[in-house]
Amino acid sequence: MQALYAQLLVGLINGSFYALLSLGLAVIFGMLNIINFAHGALYMMGAFVAYFLLNLFGINYWWALLISPLVVGIFGMILERTMLKWLTGLDHLYGLLLTFGLALIIQGVFQNYFGSSGLPYSIPDQLRGGMNLGFMFLPIYRGWVVVFSLVVCLATWFLIERTRLGAYLRAATENPTLVRAFGINVPRMITLTYGLGVGLAALAGVLSAPINQVRPLMGADLIIVVFAVVVIGGMGSIMGSIITGFALGVIEGLTKYFYPEASNTVVFVLMVLVLLVKPTGLTGRAA
Amino acid sequence: MKTKSIASLLLTTALTLAAASLAHADDKVVKIGALSDQSGLYADLGGPGSTLAAQMAVEDSGLTGKGWKIDIIAGDHQNKPDIGVNIARQWFDVDKVDVIVDVPNSGVALAVSNIVKEKNGILLNSGAGTSDLTNSQCTPNTIHWTYDTYTLAHGTGSALTKNGGDSWFFLTADYAFGAALERDTTAAVQAAGGKVLGGVKAPLSTADFSSFLLQAQASKAKIIGLANAGADTTNSIKQAAEFGITSGGQKLAALLLFITDVHSLGLNTAQGLNFTETFYWDMNDGTRAFAKRFQERMKNHNMPTMVHAGVYASLSHYFKALEALGGNPHDGAKIVAKMKEIPTDDALFGKGSIQPNGRTIHPAYLFEVKKPSESKGPWDYYKLVSTIPADEAFTPLDKSTCPLLKK
Repeated sequence: MQALYAQLLVGLINGSFYALLSLGLAVIFGMLNIINFAHGALYMMGAFVAYFLLNLFGINYWWALLISPLVVGIFGMILERTMLKWLTGLDHLYGLLLTFGLALIIQGVFQNYFGSSGLPYSIPDQLRGGMNLGFMFLPIYRGWVVVFSLVVCLATWFLIERTRLGAYLRAATENPTLVRAFGINVPRMITLTYGLGVGLAALAGVLSAPINQVRPLMGADLIIVVFAVVVIGGMGSIMGSIITGFALGVIEGLTKYFYPEASNTVVFVLMVLVLLVKPTGLTGRAA
Repeated sequence: MKTKSIASLLLTTALTLAAASLAHADDKVVKIGALSDQSGLYADLGGPGSTLAAQMAVEDSGLTGKGWKIDIIAGDHQNKPDIGVNIARQWFDVDKVDVIVDVPNSGVALAVSNIVKEKNGILLNSGAGTSDLTNSQCTPNTIHWTYDTYTLAHGTGSALTKNGGDSWFFLTADYAFGAALERDTTAAVQAAGGKVLGGVKAPLSTADFSSFLLQAQASKAKIIGLANAGADTTNSIKQAAEFGITSGGQKLAALLLFITDVHSLGLNTAQGLNFTETFYWDMNDGTRAFAKRFQERMKNHNMPTMVHAGVYASLSHYFKALEALGGNPHDGAKIVAKMKEIPTDDALFGKGSIQPNGRTIHPAYLFEVKKPSESKGPWDYYKLVSTIPADEAFTPLDKSTCPLLKK
């Protein structure tokens, strides 16, 4: 029983990453109608920026949490302005192909220079060590990841669903022409939204840097699972992607305990089941 | 327009014929295929470095100056046996490849070894670890250089058990290599008087090992044996430190650790780990000279791993056999037989020999990762704990289950 608690908690930790990443995807899909396959590569860039900040400029983890999402977010906005913008109104497939190509290029460039083993990034001093919870030894850093990503997820949800800015955004996706008539700069808003989604990916990258190695392939390994999470939760649903992210982390954790060999596939089995029963995803609205 | 296309057609035909007759007249043409994981979790320990090592072996052999034409092509098997088999088939059937080198990932290597035998080519394996390649799955066309799961099990497994680590729990990569390594290490641990408490199988290329590590922690075993490789190993080691496993008194045994893994982990995390390898760049003048040349030409300026060294040494030995035979390099089994006749001797692995089952034997070494204070600079990572003589580092011939031996 104790072991089970431990696995639930570990699942929740992984779920935090799924939630942060699928949230970014949901925001981008909801507002831009783009299936952002470059998300994993941008997540990886977030971790690399943190690594560079520390090793080239001596800027610590806490600043990296702020700077890295900004840097990668700006990079994302440049991508949006120079490339993605031209795909507005076209079939989803074009956006998917373009971002997939971008992901391969970004990943290839990093791999060319840094190989595949990855670079070390250590846990910040303030979050070292752990606490004994009785049923398991919880590294403080992992606890921090859960709390921090939960706060970020909820803040993003609040921003989009409960503020005036969020209302503009949602209105702009429904009817861009009308919103523009009110004097709101819709293209700029879309660029900023893409930047926000990408920034969330970079933030997840910084969070994961001390846990995993900073590797060019860290995003590619994760992104497929995250896409399954988004499909299960329902494309474009903000709350759905957050809840599904955490829930699937827990389910995966339990699988690692009861039948470890299947832990890499359980998410996809669930995806198939959900698609069979409810093709729009658990919380998705019909297209 | 029409005359032009006819002319070009004629020209192409003429060129093809010329090329064909050239190949026929000159039987000193060799094609080497470096089959590896070029972009996944094993790309740093094999991958592009293995292709470079193959190039260096060709250049150093001096054969091109003696009228030989040697080409190298590289392929990416993506750690998938079906892709590896397809590439190998195409290489033999279309590209006329004579010898395949490297092939990390035991699952791919075992599959490719069958094709190589069917096509009477040669497999000079350096990257894959499974000892089955020279036991139940041995062929007259395969030579296994560098290391195998027996070496790792008997180096690290026996040494740690004899030093008091008498209860083990395995964290095993869920494919051919992990299974072979767990099996061989279990045998070595039990032979040394230890016992195995259990194990957990993790899918290949897992990012988060914490669930598995918690199970290992709960087992209360003194030693947690990591029967995995590459990025899987570095992630497990890093996360084990995070979950307080090492500070809690349990010891990690990285059964297969490469210098690129240590570099990636950093000495702070990796210090004190014991592991077995057969090559380290800073062993003697020969290894240092090779490593320096290798590092200069390597794109990310990594030092060579033992897999890279094995690709270089096995190809160098192959060239010796080609020279001894004088030409016609296309009968794989014949060349392998010749390679087994000649004793091996190179700057990287020292003197040794190739056994009838295809296993190259040379000494292996038990290393310990240095503390940051002991390291003099980048890549100064290992200190030698003990040397395992060649006849103890690999499966004894009378215990080998290779069918070739029963004649």
